[in-house]
Amino acid sequence: MKKALEQKLGLVDMLEIKCPYCGDRSQNEFSYGGDATVKRPELNSEVNDLEWDSFVYYRDNPRGKHLELWHHISGCRQWFKVHRNTATHEIIQTLEMQEDL
Amino acid sequence: MQNYRTKNGGKIQRDRKISFIFNGKTYFGYKGDTLASALLANGVHLIGRSFKYHRPRGIIAAGVEDANGKVQLFKDNITEPNVNVTEVELVKGLKIESQNCWPSVSFDVWAINNFLNRFFPAGFYYKTFMWPKSFWYKVYEPIIRKAAGMGTASLKPDPDRYEHQYEHCDILVVGSGPSGISSALAAAKNGARVILAEDKSRFGGSLLIDNVTIGNKNGDEWVEEAIAELKSMPNVIIRKRSQVFGYYDHNMLVMFERCKDHLDDPEAYTPRQRLWYIRAKQVILSTGSIERPLVFANNDRPGIMLASSAKEYLKVYGVLTGKKPIIFTNNDTAYETAIEYKNQGMNPIIIDTRNDSEAGIVNEAKKIGIQIKFSYGIANTTGYKKVRSVTVGKLNSNKDGYTNLEEIKCDSVFVSGNWTPTVHLASQSGNKLRYDSNSDTFLPNQSRQKETVIGSANGSMTLEKSLKEGFETGFTLSDAITKNNIPTSIPISDERQYGQHDKFWCMPLPGKKHYKRFVDFQNDVAVSDIQLAVQEGFRSIEHVKRYTTLGMATDQGKTSNLNGLQLVSDLEKKIVPEVGHTTFRPPYTSVTIGTIIGREVGKNYKATRRSPMHKWHEQHEAIFVDAGLWLRPRYYKNNNETLHEASKREALNVRKNVGVCDVTSLGKIDIKGKDSAEFLNRIYTNAFLKLPIGKARYGVMLREDGMVFDDGTTTRISENNFHMTTTTAQAANVLTHLEYYLQIVWPELDVAVVSTTEQWAGASVAGPKSRLLLSKIFPDEDLSNEALPFMGYKEFKFKNTIARIFRISFSGELAYEINVMSDFGELMWKEIISLGKEFNIQPYGTEALSTLRIEMGHVAGSEIDGRTIAYDLALEGMLSQKKDFIGKRSLGRKAFTEEGREKIVGIVPIDKKTSIPEGSQIVKDTNVSLPIPKLGYVSASCWSVEFDNPFSLAIIKDGKNRIGEKLYAVSPLKNISIPVEVVSQHYVDPEGKRVRS
Repeated sequence: MKKALEQKLGLVDMLEIKCPYCGDRSQNEFSYGGDATVKRPELNSEVNDLEWDSFVYYRDNPRGKHLELWHHISGCRQWFKVHRNTATHEIIQTLEMQEDL
Repeated sequence: MQNYRTKNGGKIQRDRKISFIFNGKTYFGYKGDTLASALLANGVHLIGRSFKYHRPRGIIAAGVEDANGKVQLFKDNITEPNVNVTEVELVKGLKIESQNCWPSVSFDVWAINNFLNRFFPAGFYYKTFMWPKSFWYKVYEPIIRKAAGMGTASLKPDPDRYEHQYEHCDILVVGSGPSGISSALAAAKNGARVILAEDKSRFGGSLLIDNVTIGNKNGDEWVEEAIAELKSMPNVIIRKRSQVFGYYDHNMLVMFERCKDHLDDPEAYTPRQRLWYIRAKQVILSTGSIERPLVFANNDRPGIMLASSAKEYLKVYGVLTGKKPIIFTNNDTAYETAIEYKNQGMNPIIIDTRNDSEAGIVNEAKKIGIQIKFSYGIANTTGYKKVRSVTVGKLNSNKDGYTNLEEIKCDSVFVSGNWTPTVHLASQSGNKLRYDSNSDTFLPNQSRQKETVIGSANGSMTLEKSLKEGFETGFTLSDAITKNNIPTSIPISDERQYGQHDKFWCMPLPGKKHYKRFVDFQNDVAVSDIQLAVQEGFRSIEHVKRYTTLGMATDQGKTSNLNGLQLVSDLEKKIVPEVGHTTFRPPYTSVTIGTIIGREVGKNYKATRRSPMHKWHEQHEAIFVDAGLWLRPRYYKNNNETLHEASKREALNVRKNVGVCDVTSLGKIDIKGKDSAEFLNRIYTNAFLKLPIGKARYGVMLREDGMVFDDGTTTRISENNFHMTTTTAQAANVLTHLEYYLQIVWPELDVAVVSTTEQWAGASVAGPKSRLLLSKIFPDEDLSNEALPFMGYKEFKFKNTIARIFRISFSGELAYEINVMSDFGELMWKEIISLGKEFNIQPYGTEALSTLRIEMGHVAGSEIDGRTIAYDLALEGMLSQKKDFIGKRSLGRKAFTEEGREKIVGIVPIDKKTSIPEGSQIVKDTNVSLPIPKLGYVSASCWSVEFDNPFSLAIIKDGKNRIGEKLYAVSPLKNISIPVEVVSQHYVDPEGKRVRS
């Protein structure tokens, strides 16, 4: 509820994101999912503390190009990748999950 | 009455007289007036008092850049503060009052601040009200607020309606001056989808007031024809009274349109304002430019106005701002105002800081006998509620003093310090502005987004250049989109020629006087304040701005920013681009909160979800509670019962007989695919691989950081089909969680998930008599404990559909959850109620549901709050040792395995009477010095219907070893301290016999 009001007052739903399945849609149909380059360690594998903490907690916070996950939550419900410039909000490319830059 | 109205001329409707009230007095104006023009027509200049010194102030401009004309507006029992008289169109029934003055605008006691002004330097508040600290909230702040406040907001709900609209277009043109109209024309004729937005109530911008011709027509006639042509085109949306106030990323612009306030008899459904979200492929900013004031001693008196605004009042509204005007300028454009006034029979005197000017317009002025004083400046003014005279002096060769002074009587002063391009939107879009030393202004430079700035906003100050830029830009940008290649030819235009302005704009003070020379009128920032700030070491323009409050008023410094900037650069002996400019931020002008919120108020604030049985609940006195977006019955009110009485009755009836609860809102997810069991086995902490068909299992999910995420039961419907339930609150998040792992982490798994929350209506039938009731509903089915045991699942025929029967229990009693397709929900519910009569069935709400689960010790959202791990909730038995699962690796963290971790327990007040407020802190002793070490907190409280005394769940340090201890539950907010005893979380039926009975 609070988020809804902040969004209204901040008018933050400004991005236009091209869902690989649905095409150009307004940001308010999507939710952000973080760094797309993080890989979850395999189940049942030996993972040391640093590897695990890197997966769960540690994230780069780049100023510039960033490959990130978005979820078309009010659309096709597909997760996909967005290559976005965090400084300018420019979206360079969007990709399906199995695609790489 | 309207002594300052011309005999004819202007674009007002002189046959439609409208009355309005200002400070209790009735005045008249005409349809087409703004409040400002109507007030000026009546000779009213004094509008309000300034923010800090309470100096009398009047209108200085004719548009959004006006800094002083703020009033409290009343209409139809509605009041709105801080509206600008230059922006309100005159309609019947308007009443306005001055702000920031007491007892009246003519006699304001706070004006004493003006005489004490040497005690009110820049940073006065920062310096003075520092000490003692405790005085701030109680003494200083209330006084300052009262003295410095602006209008008063209404405490009543806004009765008006506001709407939002989304629009896409090829080209959005902001501003309908010559460049805006011509670019819209060129783009539209070339087939582009165009939106043209104008903030004023008339299209045309400078063409309405400048003496120019385009293609042998007067400027305003050309505008009329062009607008008519644009309106006739189906690919054009054209809106006046529409302010584009924000430029966001991906070429998203926001605009508000004033739809209602200017109408005399609006329809009931007419929204007051409409917010447009416009996504444009290209944006043309033809936002024009704003005249700057000159800075001189006592330059803030009512009657002192921008020269172009005085011309606008005359040409558009037929209003003479004064009858004995002085025109004070450092450039040629103000001469037009002088010539217009001369043509009206007045005798304006021009004070020009320059030595001379060769421009054609200056010769024209000389020719018609206008008196011009070159190399002169205004040294001071007099007049309290209105300017009465100016002291002018010949500037010495260094322009830092006057060689002689003389006083000239006047009733108005029209000033011009040259023009500032309106680059706000360009800057918001990310355009890095450049400083143009020729015009002494910032101009758009490198576009970051798809925006193009044209006309005077781009520094193109002639009509010829504006038209050329307009037509060419409109064609080029549209052609890249439409590829129609239909250019529009540029019409021939004629205009007056202007020469170079004087870079001198800040007049010296006469002699050793300490008069105020205002830079920012609305926030009362004078030259001396900026000097002081620089002297005290503030260097960054952003710091100077905040310290002096320059440009921080509601007009956002539209007339003052550049002057302030130049002053700072002069003082620091730097050039302006080194000082830089402050950040332009949206909104460009004030926007009402109502417009931003739109229709999302009251019941439309958020979506409401109702179960198929909602109507029945309403008919049976249900009192509802918000559960996320859902409305759920909290309790069913019998006669005059309180919440407490009703929930006790309902819960007790479940323990004794049978109750029914609407559980439709629980999240339901259908999981299909041959890897479904494997998937669930990874998602849940406990084993799901070998769950037999027709069995349900309670499962716990963790986040990757090891915290408990959600719980619920999942049932194996068939080999490759599972039915998962989630809590009401987490339903959407769990689905997202599942999709994340399926689509990103394990795309190789053959599993599909879909929410079926709204497809199934759910009713939980709970209580010792629930089996008897079910055998009435399904008389042909075997409901014995062997045929349908605890955690069993069956599909029965119900009417003409299938009912899913889950033998699961949240209440701790023998219970069944019946799901039917939503369309049959109401039918099922009514059947349960009518067949349940003989077993004394009662519906129960969420409050009784909570009571039942709390005294059973079942955890819910108040315990699974994202900060607890399985151990804390006594769910460690759910953690499989044999397999890996989401979040398992995190459970080895030191903090999670330490001795003495918090754990869930039950607590009972020793007096067995006093209810313990949820959120209370648990402490060992209350008679110790502060702060008292806390052991934990109360997560949920109820009145145990089993034992008829209060019972709570608490999560406390080393909880497992504290059973039997006597502690205190304290709630400092309620000032209570309750002695309690720690007991097992499972207060009722700890062996779980009932659910298996």
